[in-house]
Amino acid sequence: MRIECPLCGSRDRREFYYQGHATALDRPKPEATPEIWDDYLHNRENLAGITEDLWHHEHGCGAWLVVKRNTISHEILSVWLAKENGL
Amino acid sequence: MRLPDKGLVDRDHVLNFQFNGRSLKGFSGDTLASALLANDEILVGRSFKYHRPRGIMTSGSEEPNALVTVSRGQSNEPNTRATVQLLYEGLVAQPQNAWPSLKFDALGINDYLSNFLAAGFYYKTFMWPPPFWEWLYEPLIRRAAGLGTLDMAYDHDLYEKAYAHCDVLIIGAGPSGLMAALTVARAGVDVILVDENNLLGGRLLSEVEEIDNVPGHIWAADVTAELEGLSNVTIMTNTAVTGAYDQGTYGALERVGHHLSVLPEGLPLETFWRISARRTILCAGALERQIAFPNNDRPGIMTASGMRSYLNQYGVSAGKKVAIFGNNSDAHRTARDFANSGVEVVAMIDSRPGVSKTANYPIYSGARVVGTSGRLGLRKIIIEHDGKTKALECDALGVSGGWNPTVHLTCHMNGRPVWDPKLASFLPKEGAIPGMMVAGSAAGTMDTDGVLAEGYEVARITVKDLGKLAPNINLPKSDNSPYEITPFWDVGGAGRAWLDFQNDVTTKDIKQAAQENFRSVEHMKRYTTQGMATDQGKNSNVAALAVLADATGRGIPETGTTTFRPPYVPIAMGALGAGGSGKGFAPERFLSSHMATEELGAPMIEAGLWYRPSYFPQIGETHWRQSCDREVEMVRSKVGVCDVSTLGKIDIQGKDAAEFLDLLYINSFASLKVGRVRYGLMLREDGHVMDDGTCARLDDNHYLMTTTTAAAGQVMRHMDFVHQVLRPDLDLTFVSVTEQWAQFAVAGPNSREALNSILVNNINDETLPYMGCNEVQIGDVTGRLFRISFSGEHAYELAVPSRFGDSLFRLLLEKTQKLGGGPYGMEALNTLRIEKGFITHAEIHGRTTAFDIGMMRMISEKKDCIGKVMAARPGMVGEHREQLVGLRPVDPVKEIVSGAHLFEIDDISERKNDQGYVTSMCYSPSTKSVIAQAFLRNGRARIGSKVKMVDHLNGVETICEVCNLVFFDPDGGRLRG
Repeated sequence: MRIECPLCGSRDRREFYYQGHATALDRPKPEATPEIWDDYLHNRENLAGITEDLWHHEHGCGAWLVVKRNTISHEILSVWLAKENGL
Repeated sequence: MRLPDKGLVDRDHVLNFQFNGRSLKGFSGDTLASALLANDEILVGRSFKYHRPRGIMTSGSEEPNALVTVSRGQSNEPNTRATVQLLYEGLVAQPQNAWPSLKFDALGINDYLSNFLAAGFYYKTFMWPPPFWEWLYEPLIRRAAGLGTLDMAYDHDLYEKAYAHCDVLIIGAGPSGLMAALTVARAGVDVILVDENNLLGGRLLSEVEEIDNVPGHIWAADVTAELEGLSNVTIMTNTAVTGAYDQGTYGALERVGHHLSVLPEGLPLETFWRISARRTILCAGALERQIAFPNNDRPGIMTASGMRSYLNQYGVSAGKKVAIFGNNSDAHRTARDFANSGVEVVAMIDSRPGVSKTANYPIYSGARVVGTSGRLGLRKIIIEHDGKTKALECDALGVSGGWNPTVHLTCHMNGRPVWDPKLASFLPKEGAIPGMMVAGSAAGTMDTDGVLAEGYEVARITVKDLGKLAPNINLPKSDNSPYEITPFWDVGGAGRAWLDFQNDVTTKDIKQAAQENFRSVEHMKRYTTQGMATDQGKNSNVAALAVLADATGRGIPETGTTTFRPPYVPIAMGALGAGGSGKGFAPERFLSSHMATEELGAPMIEAGLWYRPSYFPQIGETHWRQSCDREVEMVRSKVGVCDVSTLGKIDIQGKDAAEFLDLLYINSFASLKVGRVRYGLMLREDGHVMDDGTCARLDDNHYLMTTTTAAAGQVMRHMDFVHQVLRPDLDLTFVSVTEQWAQFAVAGPNSREALNSILVNNINDETLPYMGCNEVQIGDVTGRLFRISFSGEHAYELAVPSRFGDSLFRLLLEKTQKLGGGPYGMEALNTLRIEKGFITHAEIHGRTTAFDIGMMRMISEKKDCIGKVMAARPGMVGEHREQLVGLRPVDPVKEIVSGAHLFEIDDISERKNDQGYVTSMCYSPSTKSVIAQAFLRNGRARIGSKVKMVDHLNGVETICEVCNLVFFDPDGGRLRG
């Protein structure tokens, strides 16, 4: 498996650390309800299809990436820097 | 039998080798298999289950039968396929799975018991009594079954792993692969051309047909020469692509040293490659399959194409009188080539009716082979023709049940091959592997002209896909012959007919599986073990499916096929794990003081990948405790030096650095003054403690954080996350400088005096108060000095660029020794910190909260931080939590064991009464007692009470007093003094 790092180019997946779903991008406000915090921290879909994950280019540039991919075909649809998410 | 003047072997270059204890001769260019056939060694091994005599069946990597053990120096490699083992001078090979000898194998008795040994026999036969399975049946079966035996000695062979990248990967260098490679190479893109064999050309090496009026192998050599001259082409021979993976990644096994008499120093036996390709063209060709007929497994019965390869490529005839049995036009080429080579062809038996051909050998159309004889080598075949049976004497029989396109790699990412009734074969599913196209026989094109044209066309599409101009090449013309087949799988009749030769699976087993309702192809496979041997059923799976389809009254497409999985050929574990044995598995990280430490005779202890001194023994000390106790006393009374460079160090700079640190740590760092250091605690977002350490403010916008040795990587990743994902708006940057700075703790009442003897400018309480930091000069070297303590003593940590670490350590040893001090190791460091109640990752092990370790009040009310919300949720604080406390045995000679559990004194020591557990313990020379840190339910409220410590593993029970975490100098007077 290879991931196209926006900074470094196409790299083997061994260079990356896998974090989990990109839910972690949207940190709730401190005053948010316990349910919202629970969803943020713990509850994840186990979906077959297109998902967005966070990967860290740990043995490369150190960038956190959002990787949009298909869990069935393993196709990677797009990759962008987490710090540019929503820009 | 070697024929004169035929083949591509170098007859001027004789090679001596041994098989089964006999000295034999072959030629350079031979495989072990061709050399054995040339020496009329027809019998090469015994089969897996029935111990049937077996010979060479194919000429390629798909070989099921000819498995031998090749000995090389100290190592024995079992299950080497004689068909891919190139001959070298001095090669020594032994047959396998035969005892006492190849010709008389005692377990040949199994063959006579075959009625009891059919599919699933061990599930049924060895049921009763149940305990017998483990000590009698299984060992017996394991001894009787199996292939080669592993050499249990240490593997001295060298293996490598390597990486390669290209625009286009071409797998297979037969006619389509060579044509594709030529086209792609001339377009100027980077090409890797991979082939299993040592010569490029594929089937062209085995055929007499011409391309552009020269023999096929000459055409192949010409193309190879052009490719070798191009800088954008890499040719990898003796390399099999083993698997197709996501995003154009391929695994490939290169047999680097297997064909050399003497391995040059450092040359690996095999290299496992990971190849990354933008596009791939699969030109893997096709594999010939067998037809099932009674006793079709005798030595001398081969694939027709294998027999032809030995004839044309190696100049070896598999027998003196040969017969061919086939269901397709290709089989006739074998008969023709043998006849033209002057070998007697006793019969060409074609199962298709109405085949008429003129030939100088008998052709039986609409005929079949119904039996064979010759136990250790084929002597006779029985054929059925025009309703009559007839015996024919022959010592070799070539069989062709048709060709299966080599679709394996196209199935590695879930692609299911598609049945083609005209070819009677599975074809690759289009687009099964993203970025891969298939050309030639692998795509079901079976004539040479078609194969060449397809290689060219697919290459042009690939080149254009990469945005390059595709070159025009005039297609070569070959002696083309079309391929015609009428499927025919199983002759039937009495007697066992083999499908899977390596696992000894017969048509009877498949039919029995169907009868016992293992009708799904996947169930049949597992019940009969069809296709589960090391050859993965390459020349038997499709025929087995056909037999299953017939037995279940379904068609082949409905029956489906089993899943092809990597690896395509067997891979030695040594190759997959190359670089990972010994120290390669856990590389060593050494401190800059490592050499000086070793000179002092200190035993090392591993901390992650780091090696740190455990203690520094002195003359007369025979036990580590003596050294440790002395070192602790030395630090408490004089001064000690300890290398603490393994701590993670992260340099943080930027105008928002303070705000960033306030988000990371539970306590405030914006309020920290320049030139001061503060202890900080970090939580994970779920409220548990992640790490602790100190952080120094070097300037307004410049901090230096330390992390624990264990969590340095995790903290760095976390900081990247918090900055890039949660607060990308913050203006700062940070980098790990762990490797760049060597750092030494100088601890003890004489520490300042020791330091002042090397510093250019002396320090005192005003210039460097407790928890202060400053830049200092040691000679010409600028360092950083922090007045922090992990020992509870008046102490410092002095950091210099790593290249000065060794000399600084030696200098500090010299200066401290003058003051009655010296070095101390991890044991003393641990004792010192337990005496002071400081924590390590034994305590912050991932399930503890700030509340548990008594640092809840450190969580700042004034700001948000990672983990703050969750740290306050119900369950994370309260009386039910296990809290960190000190423990001391009531009876001072008693011991405390780390990991032991705590109970109320009167309770039974069982899980439901569990009150907590010990995390760290030591003998404290300063308090003359064993002391410990432990998590105890509602512990802080229980200080002064007694609990029972029980170590169930070692049977130790000790009554302990719960006490304050800080055993030594609770007021901290020594720190500040």
